Amino acid sequence: MLLVNKKSTPSRISVDKIFKIAATVAGVYVLVIIALIVFQLYSESHLVWEHEGLEFITGSQWNAVEGREVFGAAPYIAGTLVTAGLAMAMGVPISIGIAMFISQAPKFIAGPLSIVIDLLAAVPSIIYGFWGLLVFRDFLLNNIEYPLYDTFGESIWLFSSAPFGLDIFSASIILAIMIIPTISAVSREIMSAVPHMQKEAAYMLGATKWEMFKLAIFPYAKTGLIGAAILGLGRAVGETMAVTMLIGNATGPNAFPQTLFQPGQTMSSIIANEFIEASPASLHLPALIGIGFTLLLVAIAINIVAHLLVSRMLKVKEGVINA
Amino acid sequence: MMSSAQKRAEYRSLFKHNVKGRLVVDKIAMGVVLACVVIAIIPLGSILVEVFKNGLAALSVEFLTQVPGAIGTGTGGIGPAIQGTLIIIGMSSLIGIPIGVMSGIFLAEFGDNKLGRTVRFFNDVFMEFPSIVLGIFAFLTIVLLLGHFSLWAGAFALSLIMFPIVARTTEESLKLVPLTYREAGLALGLRQWVVTFRIVLSAAKNGMITGILLAVARISGETAPLIMTVLGSSQFFGGFDSPMDALPLRIWRLSLLPYDSAQLQGWGAAVVLIIIILSINIGVRYYFATKNSAKGKLFYRVMGGRKR
Repeated sequence: MLLVNKKSTPSRISVDKIFKIAATVAGVYVLVIIALIVFQLYSESHLVWEHEGLEFITGSQWNAVEGREVFGAAPYIAGTLVTAGLAMAMGVPISIGIAMFISQAPKFIAGPLSIVIDLLAAVPSIIYGFWGLLVFRDFLLNNIEYPLYDTFGESIWLFSSAPFGLDIFSASIILAIMIIPTISAVSREIMSAVPHMQKEAAYMLGATKWEMFKLAIFPYAKTGLIGAAILGLGRAVGETMAVTMLIGNATGPNAFPQTLFQPGQTMSSIIANEFIEASPASLHLPALIGIGFTLLLVAIAINIVAHLLVSRMLKVKEGVINA
Repeated sequence: MMSSAQKRAEYRSLFKHNVKGRLVVDKIAMGVVLACVVIAIIPLGSILVEVFKNGLAALSVEFLTQVPGAIGTGTGGIGPAIQGTLIIIGMSSLIGIPIGVMSGIFLAEFGDNKLGRTVRFFNDVFMEFPSIVLGIFAFLTIVLLLGHFSLWAGAFALSLIMFPIVARTTEESLKLVPLTYREAGLALGLRQWVVTFRIVLSAAKNGMITGILLAVARISGETAPLIMTVLGSSQFFGGFDSPMDALPLRIWRLSLLPYDSAQLQGWGAAVVLIIIILSINIGVRYYFATKNSAKGKLFYRVMGGRKR
């Protein structure tokens, strides 16, 4: 018996070691991939950083013709920030409203409603874009953009260009529709993480529902809700297809966002539009990869902040439940 | 000097005044909240109605099985796109699921240390990477290496979207399996990998399948990374080394054409895509749904049919 044990012990340890190493390798894979992506995108775009220097971020000329190559990504960076910002301004309040409704509604409404909202998240970007292009664009143009243009076109610079339907405004609205499911799903989780004691204490003091939200839920869930919103911002910044189909795809200085109803361009949409046409031998491809690199850095920064905020909130939740 | 009765009346009116205002504010707030829900539901309703209304009209056996006809004629179909989407899903699953499951095992079984926390954090961040950046990465590593666009590149790009989702859902489902299951296995003298694969994974099977199916649904609608990897084509499968079509890519190409017939075909492709994605999503929900809650059934199944 003793002999058998002595024989089996080493092999038993070694197989388990291999298993542990394999699992660790698979776990570390994500770190390797992230490092490789950052390295590859930087090294493949360094030509354009050398050629343009800081002008790549601040310049707004964009010309891929050989001999006259000049690449400035400022309009696209601004386009991304403006569309994502507008989408946040429209999407975040609505999402938090939905989360409030779901957390208060009776189960037979809240259950199906959360499923519907989750399904909204499952619809792919390309279908939002296709619907936006063929259905929503006409609705927006006739019912919102023209009335705004006719009334405020001369007085307010935001509305001063003649609307066409493919512009910064429609791209922002599509983005807002697309980030609502994300933000409201996370906010819903965050709000349900608020301990019942807090809510009951507020009700006991005679608070109405709205006052209960104001007194008990919002102060407690503030960090998490901000995190949820930033998570949505990350989505909006990286979103490609629907924006590409609706933003009008201007290039050069004209793409710099000045009014709501002008065609624009975002970082992701210019990559989607021009990547295939760009020749690997010219500076055009490195320039697009450079934009991808910039987009990646922005997205990583946004998501790290969001995850730190959300996970802090959910840790508190676990603490309360355990206590 | 006010009498006490007068005082009482005054307090009563103050109280009524106070409550009335607050109730009005409450009603307004609830109205606004309800409006938010309605505003969000309208686009989804409109998308589903339009896609099904216009898309079902475009469907026919010919449309689903044939190669695209000449541009602008409205003939032919989306056969290669459907085939391509299925092949790409299969290939990226082959790459992404094993890595994701192993990574999830690492996080759940060996992840309670600094490395585990780092991996978990970056896994979550990686899940939110813009998909177009992953497409560029696959282009740089595989397309430039091989010298041409290929199915491999597309499958690699989509596997990068897939594995972090699979890893996290695997981890969550493994953590639901009670520690006593593992201890029982180890007490019987089983090796840890046997315990993990035969006991823990089979107890956590349903949660993992949910995660995998949701990841499949997610990648089947991805367009941006496919633009620079599989490129698109109008031919049926011609080897893993050649360009291929996919449903989202076909919808995009059709949307760029100015013809009504192209739009109709686009709706047709969209309805096929949305049926695939929604049936996976609804199927997963239905499969795990009970009278009480989806989570309850999942938990019930994970616990091996035993209530805690």
